[in-house]
Amino acid sequence: MDDFLVIDHVTKTFGAQRAVDDVSLAVSPGEAFSLLGPSGCGKTTLLRMIAGFERPDRGRILVAGQDITELPPEQRPVNTVFQNYALFPHLNVWENVAFGLRMGRRPREEIRSGVDRMLELVRLAEHARKRPAQLSGGQRQRVAIARALVNRPQVLLLDEPLAALDLKLRQHMLMELNTIHEQVGTTFIYVTHDQGEAMSLSNRIAVMNAGKVEQIDSPEHLYETPRSSFVATFIGDANFFTGKAVEMQHEGYVRVMIEGLGSPLVLSNGVVSSNQMLRLMVRPEKISLTLKRPLSGERVNAFPGVVEDSSYFGSHTRYRIRAGEHLITAQLQRSRFSGGEISPAHGTSVWMSFHPDEGRIVRLEDAA
Amino acid sequence: MKRSWIPSLITLGVVLFLFAPLVVLVANSFNASRFGGEWEGFTLNWYEKLWAAGEVWESLWITLKIAVSASLAAMVLGTLAAYALHRFRSWLQNVHHTLITLPLVMPDILMGISLLALFVLTGIETGLLTIWIAHVTFCLSFVTMVVLGRLQDFDFTLIDAARDLGATRAMAVKKVLLPLLLPGVLAGGLLAFTLSIDDYVITFFVSGPGTTTLPLRVASMMRTSRSLPMINALSTLLIASTFVLAVLSSRLQRRA
Ligand SMILES: Nc1ncnc2c1ncn2[C@@H]1O[C@H](COP(=O)(O)OP(=O)(O)OP(=O)(O)O)[C@@H](O)[C@H]1O
Ligand SMILES: [Mg+2]
Repeated sequence: MDDFLVIDHVTKTFGAQRAVDDVSLAVSPGEAFSLLGPSGCGKTTLLRMIAGFERPDRGRILVAGQDITELPPEQRPVNTVFQNYALFPHLNVWENVAFGLRMGRRPREEIRSGVDRMLELVRLAEHARKRPAQLSGGQRQRVAIARALVNRPQVLLLDEPLAALDLKLRQHMLMELNTIHEQVGTTFIYVTHDQGEAMSLSNRIAVMNAGKVEQIDSPEHLYETPRSSFVATFIGDANFFTGKAVEMQHEGYVRVMIEGLGSPLVLSNGVVSSNQMLRLMVRPEKISLTLKRPLSGERVNAFPGVVEDSSYFGSHTRYRIRAGEHLITAQLQRSRFSGGEISPAHGTSVWMSFHPDEGRIVRLEDAA
Repeated sequence: MKRSWIPSLITLGVVLFLFAPLVVLVANSFNASRFGGEWEGFTLNWYEKLWAAGEVWESLWITLKIAVSASLAAMVLGTLAAYALHRFRSWLQNVHHTLITLPLVMPDILMGISLLALFVLTGIETGLLTIWIAHVTFCLSFVTMVVLGRLQDFDFTLIDAARDLGATRAMAVKKVLLPLLLPGVLAGGLLAFTLSIDDYVITFFVSGPGTTTLPLRVASMMRTSRSLPMINALSTLLIASTFVLAVLSSRLQRRA
């Protein structure tokens, strides 16, 4: 994997605040890469530094081996789709898309064919003469994408491009973006605070928190093996337990003593030593509920509990189960209760169980 | 809902109040009576006299020269000032803002006197140049305020977008900022133009021999009753052209 866009130890401070704090990452050519994180974590700032609107205090930015840290925005081989689209209101759709090529003083014929082809790609050919104000949100969005892509950038930056759209349109545009990415093969850097968007669009995701990158991984890896509890909660839901490693087992498993719950056996990930305090994470949908204690023996972790409440979401049902001082969330795909034919009602005593491979050790950052 | 005749009555009152003097003036410009007390028949006599009064046309020419050049200068300077005021925040800009708004609230007579004092002190002879400087001074404030209002609505990510697409800073201003500001600049310029045309007080102080602008000329004509009907005719022509300008200006503002 050769690195195409490289962010090398980049830091940016505004006054006393570190908006981007020593971030390093490398993106391969043609990759769809997401920057994911909560509001204010520095995603836009990082994007603006790649585009050239902000200068890093420290660090370098390289595209295809060329150091672009000092280049003004107009000389960078990147183009941006802005969050509010920033279409030129005094120009029609065609002229908006042609803007970049005109600035690059391309020959007239090339401009015409380039713009027409791009409008075809985003299916806006019949709206070419309209002003941005006459378009719907989704159409404006596509103009913004066409206006950026027509310049054949080496990297396309997208700053929360779907944030202004309603849910249905967002899902639709997400698929369109996927299609466009497949067709043009340009490297996409996609900024969002929506984990669903990031997961469905990208090959890899950098999860950011307070100016720092917490973890860079594929969507599957982020979900299955989050390295910190921040990542675990930001991508999906999670149950956390704090405990002590009590018994190392040679096949790479560890038994964890959890106050008030027992000693489940989980994958150790090779990072645990005996008597170490650690944090265990189990996803709600990995926990199964039964009325009787499961019979699968040693290898399944089972705990008794009492159902406190349940909420029905159509595709799944969510239960909150009390076990001593722990309140555990479990999620069932079917409304049918796997142990019997009923859903456990409030106050039912149930057994929760999960397989050792479904428990994850995450970094212990806030627990003692 | 019951219809009330009160709003219509008020409207009628306002219209009468505003336009009755103009109607009288326009009517009198076609009245054969010299003093306009009563209608003595239709005549174009006063328009013919006006046509022959060379000094009036000379004054109009001076006035137009000053109004056009002063409002053009104010458009350029006012736009620059508004841009600086909008983009940069410092104590110096706060002072700048206060200075720019000062002519809007300062009594004309004070401005006239202070400008004259300045010209006397610096030894600049009063004449066309001093009138032009004075007019640019107060026109500038109006243009700046109008353009500043436009700038406050302007989305500066458009400039980022232009540069992202390969435009240099100057190109982005030329291709994006200026076209979008232009209606505001023109509206401000038009306002400045009308203000310059009919300024009397300030011009009175800073004009010199041979630079009698139209308002000054009209005022001096008022002293002799002989030329009163001529003033009516002149005013009628001015009303007509003002009307055209007003329609033009509101068109511009609607497009902006
Ligand atoms: N020009 C600026 N001046 C001062 N502070 C800034 C500036 N731009 C960003 N910040 C601060 O830097 C931090 C990161 O901002 P940034 O816009 O990068 O966040 P973000 O991750 O894009 O958030 P969001 O999801 O809300 O868009 C924020 O706390 C913000 O207040
Ligand atoms: Mg942002």
